[in-house]
Amino acid sequence: MIECKDIKKIYITGGDETAALKGVSLSIKEGEFVAIMGPSGSGKSTLMHILGALDTPTSGKYLLDGEDISNKTDDELADIRGKKIGFVFQSFNLLPRATVMRNVVLPLVYAKMPEIERIKRASASLVAAGLPEDRWNHKSNELSGGQIQRVAIARALVNDPSIIMADEPTGNLDSKTGEVVLGTFQKLNKEEGRTIVLITHELDVAEHADRIIHIKDGMILSDKSTHTKRIIKNI
Amino acid sequence: MTFRDLLHEAVLALTANKVRTGLTMLGIVIGIGSVIAMLSVGQGAQNSVQSSIQSIGSNLIVVRPGAQRGPGVSPSAGRGSSQSLKVSDYEAIQSEITGVKAVAPELTSRYQIVAKGTNTNTQIIGTVPAYAEVRNLQVDTGSFITDANMKDLARVAVLGPTTRDDLFGVNADAVGQTIRINGMSFTVIGITKAKGGSGFGSQDDIVIIPLTVSEQFLSNGDYVSNINIEAVDQQSMTQVQSDVTDLLLARHKIKDVASADFSTLNQADIVATASSVTGIFTILLASVAGISLVVGGIGIMNMMLTTVTERTREIGLRKAVGARKKDINRQFLFESICMTSIGGILGIIMGYLVSFGISATGLLTTQTSSTSVLLSFGVSACIGIVFGYYPAKRAANLNPIDALRYE
Ligand SMILES: Nc1ncnc2c1ncn2[C@@H]1O[C@H](COP(=O)(O)OP(=O)(O)OP(=O)(O)O)[C@@H](O)[C@H]1O
Ligand SMILES: [Mg+2]
Repeated sequence: MIECKDIKKIYITGGDETAALKGVSLSIKEGEFVAIMGPSGSGKSTLMHILGALDTPTSGKYLLDGEDISNKTDDELADIRGKKIGFVFQSFNLLPRATVMRNVVLPLVYAKMPEIERIKRASASLVAAGLPEDRWNHKSNELSGGQIQRVAIARALVNDPSIIMADEPTGNLDSKTGEVVLGTFQKLNKEEGRTIVLITHELDVAEHADRIIHIKDGMILSDKSTHTKRIIKNI
Repeated sequence: MTFRDLLHEAVLALTANKVRTGLTMLGIVIGIGSVIAMLSVGQGAQNSVQSSIQSIGSNLIVVRPGAQRGPGVSPSAGRGSSQSLKVSDYEAIQSEITGVKAVAPELTSRYQIVAKGTNTNTQIIGTVPAYAEVRNLQVDTGSFITDANMKDLARVAVLGPTTRDDLFGVNADAVGQTIRINGMSFTVIGITKAKGGSGFGSQDDIVIIPLTVSEQFLSNGDYVSNINIEAVDQQSMTQVQSDVTDLLLARHKIKDVASADFSTLNQADIVATASSVTGIFTILLASVAGISLVVGGIGIMNMMLTTVTERTREIGLRKAVGARKKDINRQFLFESICMTSIGGILGIIMGYLVSFGISATGLLTTQTSSTSVLLSFGVSACIGIVFGYYPAKRAANLNPIDALRYE
């Protein structure tokens, strides 16, 4: 599903070159739950932006569902994001003045889906994300942090994407609420078979995934399954 | 994005900061409002000038002393101006030109008039009985000067209603009373009907006396200030005008029209000149108002640029969930068009109220035209497009990554 070969990303700001990614190769298969871990500034967000078709690599090849998207125009990338990718960010996930429903429906608005269909789909994904129905018509600035992340997850789900990408989705939450949100991701992965890429710098968050990719200074340090660890824990 | 979606987004965005939206819109309201009001004042002025020109007579040709000048620029009538038109010229026109319905010469001058202790300074017109016909004057009470008055050198006067009001009090019965002009007493024999019309060439503030009397007592010589000729109909006006010109050239022994010592003016020329003057006046007023409209438009642009900056993260988020450039562009353009259109409608209402208010003061009867309303609405929508274009383009071209990283 995701195939990266030797991805490099170099930012040039005022003659200064910053190599955020220095040759990353990885592949992610359908139904996987992958965590990308690393210290601050290691290039996690940069990698996610490229994997999420928000940005294109400076060099290297990136195939999403077999399609090379390293040389697409902005509008082509927007279409790909609208169809194949759902995002959950750390903060400012929702339009503050719009209702929960409107926020969830937004990707479908841009996908030109008819109105009745939109509401059906949005309701289904709000249920899947576990947001109680009495919140659906509230404005998003009237919600708690945990509820906001659930709405964001619902919005990420609504276009039935191939991949959900979450950049520090629990960064602003207390550990208990964070646990609930991570539980939702796990449920979506296990029960609905969604592919999830989770970005974090905390090990205990990363351990909710099946596979952890460590990156540091723009390069992959290790790529391990958490399976063995769990088995050891369970003994 | 459907139209409903656009509307939904615009309402959300514009109601988020109502005070700012309102103030920005006010710029357009004032701009459009003043354009409408100024156009209505201009149109009103034009109407009033035209109706006061029409009120001085129909199919009228005026011969004035002095060199031929462009219509509209005339030597001031009255004493001191050129004295090339004689009473005999008037008589010649009357007897020799065909297609003439009536001819009336005038000898005008200004004097202080006294009646029972009050006095006023006004225009004295010495003329003949045909003057009433030629200049569309009607007598309200009493009678107009007659041929007998002319012959007898009768010291009688017909007053305009304004003059009567000034001398004897509003609507007072002045017929039979005595007024003094230049030390001589005249008996008031009639009052003309009010013609209305504002200051411009008022026909209501005049004193009419027999031409023979004014020649004898108020001037020395047999010259006249101008000669009014009424043609039988509109078609014959040009013919009459050229016949009169030829006749007077011959009588004054002048070969070249360019060096004529008189000028003829027909009413159509006067109307055209006055229209072009009021037209310029209207354009002037409207362009001042137009400047305020442009300032209003700049206000819109300023606000839209601020919003785009404030909503950078929102734009990033929209792009992340699949919004194309076109979608963002339309959203912001629609917002600014909404503001200017609503402002335009409110401005039209305001313009109407102002123009109504000006009419209510009685200074001028303004006239709002539906074309100016439609035009203003179109212009306000266009302002939304013109001044919203750059901010919307800026929003659409934001890079989603930069927008998402923006704090
Ligand atoms: N637009 C940019 N221009 C220049 N340098 C950038 C830009 N974006 C990121 N960088 C640099 O690239 C490197 C990687 O940044 P990135 O945001 O991917 O880190 P991160 O792993 O997500 O860190 P954090 O955990 O703090 O979010 C950093 O050194 C950062 O300064
Ligand atoms: Mg980051």
